[in-house]
Order: sequence, then C-alpha cells, then structure tokens
Amino acid sequence: MSAAEAITRRTTYRDAVRDGLRQALLRDPRVFLMGEDIGRYGGCFAVTKGLLEEFGEARIRDTPLSESAFVGAGIGAALGGLRPIVEIMTVNFSLLALDQILNTAATLCHMSGGQFPVPLVIRMATGAGRQVAAQHSHSLEGWYSHIPGLRIAAPATIDDAAGMLAAALACRDPVIIFEHMNLYNSQGELTAAAASADLEHAAIRRPGRDVSLITYGASLFKCLTAADQLAMHGIEAEVIDLRVLRPLDAKTVIESVQRTRRAVIVDEGWRSVGIAAEISARVMEQAFYDLDAPVQRVCSVEVPVPYAKHMEEAALPQVAQIVAAVASMFNHGQ
Amino acid sequence: MTAMPPPVVTREHGLHLLSQMLRIRCFEDRCAELYSAGKIRGFLHLYNGEEAVAVGVMQSLQPVDAIAGTYREHGHALARGIGMRTLMAELLGKEAGCCRGRGGSMHIFDAATRFYGGNAIVGGSLPLAIGLGLAEKLHDRKAIAVCFFGEGAVAEGEFHESMNLAALWSLPVLFVCENNYYAMGTAWARSEVQTSLLAKVAGYCMRGESIDGMDVLAVETVANQLVRDVRAQRTPAFLEARTYRFRAHSMYDPQLYRSKDEVKGWEERGPLIRLTSRLKEAGLMTEDDFQRLQSSANAEVDDAVQFAEQATIEPVEELQRFVYAEETL
Repeated sequence: MSAAEAITRRTTYRDAVRDGLRQALLRDPRVFLMGEDIGRYGGCFAVTKGLLEEFGEARIRDTPLSESAFVGAGIGAALGGLRPIVEIMTVNFSLLALDQILNTAATLCHMSGGQFPVPLVIRMATGAGRQVAAQHSHSLEGWYSHIPGLRIAAPATIDDAAGMLAAALACRDPVIIFEHMNLYNSQGELTAAAASADLEHAAIRRPGRDVSLITYGASLFKCLTAADQLAMHGIEAEVIDLRVLRPLDAKTVIESVQRTRRAVIVDEGWRSVGIAAEISARVMEQAFYDLDAPVQRVCSVEVPVPYAKHMEEAALPQVAQIVAAVASMFNHGQ
Repeated sequence: MTAMPPPVVTREHGLHLLSQMLRIRCFEDRCAELYSAGKIRGFLHLYNGEEAVAVGVMQSLQPVDAIAGTYREHGHALARGIGMRTLMAELLGKEAGCCRGRGGSMHIFDAATRFYGGNAIVGGSLPLAIGLGLAEKLHDRKAIAVCFFGEGAVAEGEFHESMNLAALWSLPVLFVCENNYYAMGTAWARSEVQTSLLAKVAGYCMRGESIDGMDVLAVETVANQLVRDVRAQRTPAFLEARTYRFRAHSMYDPQLYRSKDEVKGWEERGPLIRLTSRLKEAGLMTEDDFQRLQSSANAEVDDAVQFAEQATIEPVEELQRFVYAEETL
C-alpha cells in the first residue's frame, strides 16, 4: 500500500473544507476564523461545526451581521500580522463588503508601493440549485475575478476543498475561495494530493481528444456526466477544471484546445461579460487557427435565479445542454 | 464637553507643538501653490485649520501603535514622523515617494511608522482599525490602533458597524472624529438627526469625550487620558475634536455652502494663533522664537520640494509590480 493510498479516505466536501480549516488552525497560531454564525451555530452550512469547541472563542469568532466591518476587520487583522479566514455566508451577502474587498483588500499592496500586502482569506458559498431564489443563488465569481489584486479559487473536488486553503494561506495576497453550496454534501476520496493543491494551475479531470469542456466549481460534475454521455456516441471530451479563476491558467486551456480543436465553456454565471466570455476571448486570441468550430458557451440564462424548481433548473446549465452544444460542433456544416 | 483647567506646558514642549503645526501649515500652503502650478494633480485635500487634532493626538502615541486615517492626511503623516521629503515626493508622483508615487495625496502609507493610510473611501478605514486593534488583542501586545475620520463618516454604516464591533469585542481602538462640520459641502446639521456625537457613542456603551479641536493643548491632554485608558484597559474610546477646515474641501470647491464670515470667525480662533498667543502671554516664547520656527518650517518645505522635484519617476515597466505581493509567507 502506498503512502497516498494509506491516507485516502472517503469524506464529504463539507468535512474536507472543515479538515482544511482545522489543519490551518492547528498549524499556525496566527490563524483565526471570523464570520456570521460560524461558532455556536456551527456554520450556516455546518462547515465550521465543532471548531468553536476545539479552538475557543478567541479564534472562532461569531460576528454581528456587519459584513463590511468584519471583512474590513479581516484586512486590518491581516495587516496587523494575523492570518484571518473570514467566512461570508453567501456570495450575495458579500456585496455588502464589496467596498472593503475591492477598494481596500485588492488595492492596498499596489497603492502602497508594495508596503502592505493583505494576506486575507475569504470563504463564501456560491451558486444555485437549492431553490433559495434570487438573493441567495448567484454565481458572482466572474465579478470578483475581474479585480486585479485578488486571487480567486473555486475548489470543486474533495482534495481541493481540503487543500486549497493551505495554498491560500501560504501567499500574502487576498484570496477568495468560492464553495458551491451544492457541493457540501458531495462525497469522494480525500487523497494525499490535497497537500499539493496549488493556486496556479487548472486540472484536466478527464482527458479526451475531441472537444475541451472548460468549467469550474459544481459545473465540473455536469461536464463529467456530459463527457460520459458523449463517449457513448464516440466523442471523447476533455474536461478541464479551472480551479483558479484569477489568475487564469490560460496555458492549460489553450494547450487543450489546440489538441481538441473545439471548446465549450460551462459556467453557472450569467453568459454576458462573464468568465465564459473571458475564456472564449483568450481562445480566440491564442488558438483561433487551431479551432475547427466556433467556441460555445453554456451558461445561466440571464434572469435572477427563480424559486420554482422547474424554473430554477431551466435557468441553470444542464447536462443535456452541454451534450447538445458539443454535438452541434460535430454537426456543423452537415 | 469636558471642562478642565488650562493645561500646563513647558517652553520646550510648547515650541515643539507649535513647530509641528507650523510644519503642517507651511507644507499645506506649499501644496496649494504646487497644485496651482500643475505639479500636484488629482484630488488635494488640505488640513489647514485642523492641525491641532493630528499634532495633539500623535503626542500621546507610541511607535508601536497603528494609525488609519482619511484622504485629508498630510498633517497626520507629518505629525506621525513620515519624512517631509518622501511625502512631497509622493504628491509629485515620484518613485522616492512613500508609495512610489502610486497613492498620491489621498493614499499615504508608511510601514515604518505603522501608518495604514490614507483612505479615499469615507469610513473605509474604520473597519481596518478594528482589525488592527483585533490583531493587538489576539497577539496580546500592548499597542493600540487609532482611527482618524471626519464627521461625514458617521453617516456611513461602517461607522456604526465598527463602533459596535470595537465595543463588543473590547478592542484597543481610539476613534478620533475630526468634526469640521461639513461633509464636503453638506453641513453636519443637515445630514444628522442626532447632532450630538457623544449621544451616538453612548449607544455603543463607549467612553467618549468632546473637545475644542482648535486647542492643541486640550487635544493632547484628553488624548493622553484616552490613550492611556485604551492601552491599559484594552477597551475602545471615542474622541470628538471640534474643528474647522480653513481651505476648500478640495481644490475644486467654490465653497458656496458657507459664508466668509463663518470662515473668518473660525480662523480668528485657529490653532496656530491660539497657541502662539498663549505661549507669548505666558512668557514662554518670544517673537524671535516664532520667527525661527516659521523659518525652519519654510526651510524644511523648501528642501522637500527641491528633493521631490529632482526625484525620478518610477519606470513604467514597473506598472504591474505589487499587484500581488512579491514574497510569500
């Protein structure tokens, strides 16, 4: 039995994130957690359950509903030599702290001529699929990825859920980690690879020769399912998990597209002016002459995410749409 | 409002306070000239009239303490000990500036003196100061955080969130509200239903004092008490300094919102006039002393301007440097 196999164990995404937090708290006394209902309540998504009992109130800090103040306090604490990990309950609530994130966290290092890096980690839940409607369901990763000075991570796998936090804490920049709320209950193997999770590279989750499915977060699993269905029709899709949305690992994407000559981008964000648009532009700029078909995007419909189940499903990218988008590339001209 | 006997001051300390305020006044006046000459650009907010607040409060601080401020922060930077040369070079956009010319007037930062800005978002530095105080508390260090902000910031949600958090968590933070009665052009009484800052502060169960911010000795005396308490008790405190800016909000402001008589009235009881006459009346300073301090301030500003004008600009190849930190932890 190899070392990797020895530590491999089956777990949930939620427990993997918690494991990453626990390891960080154990490893570095400067690390502390701060956010709404992360202590007594155990976390809105139960991610931080048990940490208050283990690490105490000084390091697991329940905050009032003051997103701007506690995110700003995280920035100040980082400047003061601590390693804060701030939890914002959902990406929609993070807009109340957007001033601190953009105007301060993202700008301070550059604006101070390198004197004040901000080693702050912010975690937040993102995404739709739980019928919580238009104020709890959006995927605004693209907005945040627009901002120079931030690093944006979107762990989709169990290993990344556990391991990306350590990479975030190892750098001195503000890092936002987006956890898709539909992934918390997902199960998988936690392996030794979690320890080497980085904040630089995209990962090829399934190799294939015919088309590149480029995605991140919970959409990864829709793409893998689509790839299985496509394989039954003789189309081998390569599935790329971007993992990090800023800075983008364009190299992995472009090399894949140059091999497969077709690209479909799957993004739960809205279609216009989003991550899918950015990836598409990069492919045009860097691999235009390698393409056998126009780039396709499968994104959320441009509406506020509705409550009713059938409407919510209709608003989000679905496996059938991914399969159809790929199929259309092979039917082109026929 | 705190009633107290006139503070006792020695000749040496009185001259020190006056020289600090003169340096700021002289620096700011020169900035206005350089702005008119097109050498300083962007937004420029001058501190004329409010010198007693920064100078008075800084006397009570130690080098380990952390400071966060506003976009009207030249005075705080100078009083904190940031070199006038590096400050002027910053305003002229030079590489020798404290932020390599990237921040400009509204964004002065200096790690060596724990000066965390310079913040051009009204209220934006309040949460930052909370975090700086939290770091001192969790590190179990004895430093404190001091946050300067204007009364305009009181209308921001961040003020209330930060006051609550500081009190709730017992953080060593001194809040210094420089109440100059105008948020740009909006008078204090036109934007707040409760115009007593101490009444607001009482709602956060925080100790607060309100003082005449044109009297540097009063500012220093009360700041000393509050800083001592914040440091010893590890709890926040609030200081309102009632003050007035003599110049326009920024260089683009025609000042239609206030009368010349009102400005004149405040100028007549300005911080430099007040301290000068007080020291002279007490026999602690002669006119020669005053002239010497004035000449010294002028000479320092001359030197800073000369340094800044001769300094080089940052190579444009470095534009993308420091978007991300250059070292990992």
